[in-house]
Amino acid sequence: MSEMFDVKRWKPAPLLPRKDPRDGSLVFVVAVLCFLACLTALGALAANRAAQGWTGQLTGSATVVVRAQGSETPDAAAGRAAETLAGVKGVSEARAMEKEKAEALLEPWLGQEALELNDLPIPRLVTVDLDPEAPARAADLDKALKAAGIDATVDDHSLWIADIERSAGVARWSALAMFLLIAAAAGAVIAFATRAAMAAHRETIEVLHLSGAQPAFVVRLFQTRFAQAAALAGLFGAVGAAIIGALARLAGGGQGLTPVLPVAWIDLLAVAPTPLLAALVAAVAARVAARGLIGELA
Amino acid sequence: MSRNRDAASTGESPAGPILRFDGVGMRYGRAAEVLRDVNFDLAPGSFHFLTGPSGAGKSSLLKLIYLAERPSRGTIEMFGRDVEAVALADRPFLRRRIGVVFQEFRLLDHLTAFDNVALPLRIEGGKPESYRADVAELLAWVGLKNRMHALPPTLSGGEKQRLAIARAVVNRPDILLADEPTGNVDDAHALRILKLFVELNRLGTTVLIASHDEDLVARSGQPVLHLDKGRLRAFGRNVRQEPGA
Ligand SMILES: Nc1ncnc2c1ncn2[C@@H]1O[C@H](COP(=O)(O)OP(=O)(O)OP(=O)(O)O)[C@@H](O)[C@H]1O
Ligand SMILES: [Mg+2]
Repeated sequence: MSEMFDVKRWKPAPLLPRKDPRDGSLVFVVAVLCFLACLTALGALAANRAAQGWTGQLTGSATVVVRAQGSETPDAAAGRAAETLAGVKGVSEARAMEKEKAEALLEPWLGQEALELNDLPIPRLVTVDLDPEAPARAADLDKALKAAGIDATVDDHSLWIADIERSAGVARWSALAMFLLIAAAAGAVIAFATRAAMAAHRETIEVLHLSGAQPAFVVRLFQTRFAQAAALAGLFGAVGAAIIGALARLAGGGQGLTPVLPVAWIDLLAVAPTPLLAALVAAVAARVAARGLIGELA
Repeated sequence: MSRNRDAASTGESPAGPILRFDGVGMRYGRAAEVLRDVNFDLAPGSFHFLTGPSGAGKSSLLKLIYLAERPSRGTIEMFGRDVEAVALADRPFLRRRIGVVFQEFRLLDHLTAFDNVALPLRIEGGKPESYRADVAELLAWVGLKNRMHALPPTLSGGEKQRLAIARAVVNRPDILLADEPTGNVDDAHALRILKLFVELNRLGTTVLIASHDEDLVARSGQPVLHLDKGRLRAFGRNVRQEPGA
């Protein structure tokens, strides 16, 4: 005689065995995929922030190269250009760069001796800080300089900005493609596992079927089971990625791994929906796979 | 079983047969027919044995009734409906009206005796609170009161047999099929199981039992359908006589 069975406390047991020796490796594989997906997402966020930072710095300023004409000294021309530019709408500040600073910039290209000759017509630079609210366009600056009779070239960094934006776009799309690829891989793994589980539990499925279970009832068993496994795997993967993200943030000091990959604490929240997404992908994959097989019973 | 029932409660007209085979043939794949031109009617509330030598087609005939196989010829009518005309989506509901005690039990080994018996009720979508007392009562009725939480592999052959019967009747099916239910138990146990079937039949369930056990069949005094090489050879009362069958 064995211990008493309390009918009032009875709860239906899971129709699929709770423990399956295959579950461990499945959870591991899906967790790794989720981890990679999370890292991809964190990387994309950081790259986006880096690109924004760079374009922000570049759009906030312009550089003007001034060439002296006639009897005017380069310093005088630069000073006049700075004055002119400061009066343009959308410019918050314009400074002529000192001769020494301009030479220091050129020294690596021309060499010490060339600069010491002192009769080289070194162009003067004027750095312009633009009003961040309504920045002046390069054309506006150009017009103002022409009107003042100054020979100068305006570089508003638009070439660089376009380059950065293009790279950021490539990074975004690659991240999205990788994300989809990983989701597809996770789906395929789950579908494979579903088919294996259905083969293993064939007898259970047949008994349910002959007892009058509708196909949807059987499909739901596998769908729920794999969604649960994937949610757990998603949790592991997300926590793992969040730890890596936190380490990157801490290693980067004040600004994260600035300026290359600035991870912010808020970015770590991006991994939060992973368990849900993984469960969703798994549920769909298991459902499709199970329905395909269950169709054979009728 | 606490609730009483009779043929009328099945919602069918008590006059017509609950089951009718009309010129039914059946084959597995492309092999030769294992059932040929089978004709018979079962009246609601009747009790029949299905006998015949090994390989005669007894299990195959039962499979047709519990909708595990389809006839290659002829028509099967159940509860007054042509089974083949029933929509695919409605077949599960038809299956729920047929209880089956399989030749090899087909109990789910990872579920307790209690969970095995509760299975058909869970499939029907019932709430555990509404049926667990019935399950317990039924397990007591088949003599498994103290084995409710046992897993099937730990049960004896006779206990498995009675557990399979409990599962087959827990949702009060209209037709109860049993395939060799006394196949591997001693005579005393076979009689005990037969008594369970007779009691269920008294409560209104139509019973059809495939059996080799000539002794038991004779002792029961119930009418017999006899299969030989896929043909129905002999009929008892309640069975429609077909000329030249
Ligand atoms: N799944 C199957 N596939 C192919 N042939 C089958 C299958 N099941 C049974 N058969 C064949 O159908 C015929 C009838 O078999 P069935 O199992 O119905 O006989 P039975 O009367 O139940 O025999 P037994 O008394 O030994 O259980 C046999 O010739 C058998 O070989
Ligand atoms: Mg058989």
